[in-house]
Amino acid sequence: MTTHYLVLSALLFAIGGVGVLVRRNAIVVFMCVELMLNACNLAFVTFARQNGNLDGQVIAFFVMIVAAAEVVIGLAIIVTIFRTRRSASVDDASLLKY
Amino acid sequence: MGESITFWVLAVVSVAAALGLVFSRRAVYSALMLGVVMFSLAVLYAVQDAPFLAAVQIIVYTGAVMMLFLFVLMLVGVDSSDSLVETIRGQRFWAIVAGLGFAVLLGLGIGNAALTAPVGLADANAGGNVPALAALIFTRHVFAFEVTSALLITAALGAMVLAHRERTEPKPTQKDLSRARFVLFGQTGKNPAPLPGPGTYAQHNAIDMPAMLPDGTVSPLSVNRVVARYEASEGKLAPEVERILQEETVSERANGNGARPHGEEDGE
Repeated sequence: MTTHYLVLSALLFAIGGVGVLVRRNAIVVFMCVELMLNACNLAFVTFARQNGNLDGQVIAFFVMIVAAAEVVIGLAIIVTIFRTRRSASVDDASLLKY
Repeated sequence: MGESITFWVLAVVSVAAALGLVFSRRAVYSALMLGVVMFSLAVLYAVQDAPFLAAVQIIVYTGAVMMLFLFVLMLVGVDSSDSLVETIRGQRFWAIVAGLGFAVLLGLGIGNAALTAPVGLADANAGGNVPALAALIFTRHVFAFEVTSALLITAALGAMVLAHRERTEPKPTQKDLSRARFVLFGQTGKNPAPLPGPGTYAQHNAIDMPAMLPDGTVSPLSVNRVVARYEASEGKLAPEVERILQEETVSERANGNGARPHGEEDGE
């Protein structure tokens, strides 16, 4: 049964990765990153059950904390970029490229 | 048996919602889909003997993080839909190929791994899931736990610094705003009073009912243009409102500028 959970987590991770590559709206890209983090958490919880110790759940807990901090900073950056460029598209923030 | 049913239902739901998250055109739909994925993952955690993580998932993710996402979405503009122009040729196709390849690769790797029957958490959770987790967090992982508190404080400060904007000009007081309104009234004749509310003087107070003036005519100022456009497209617009709006557009075209003629109709 744990194999099924791992395959589900791999699928969700891949879908999130495709979303990061395909979408242009910075907020949606960010949501896809969150989806990938969630998929990793599912794998951690599954491995905790597979191996019979709780370290995987502790790691998943820490991932959640880091993800919360990351969401706060990421969304603040998106709001700042939107304020200066009036756009939330990742294509528009290309000034550092040149 | 019960676990397999839960798993298969939630697996289908979460994969479908994840695909919806990636491929739906509107950002708000994407956010709702992400909420569905997070909720089903929370149930999967609960099924896998992780009740504490299930509660944290619901509180932190579907509660706080989704709230933040929707909040910023509303702030940035809900209708800022994605542009469909590809900036890199063939990017979408190759991204999907890469995603499929990655999924197949991971799936094969997991399928090949010789996983024995799961040990299960019955022993580890013997004294309850939360006390066992607490024992781990506050003994072996206590340093990481302390560091995360610094991380959270840094993140909160960083968000405040990033979102703060210094005011470069003095804030206009009520007096200044009132003066500016009357200057505009003198120059263009724009009504300095607040707009009449919809349906205030009629029998209804619905947003699509126009306000009645004391002489019984309709005040065009009170008609919500968005609602009127919608009702006109549905063919439900009241005839007197339609007449007023048409007269207005005609006179606007005749004047050549956007300033609408206001007269005694504004008297309240």
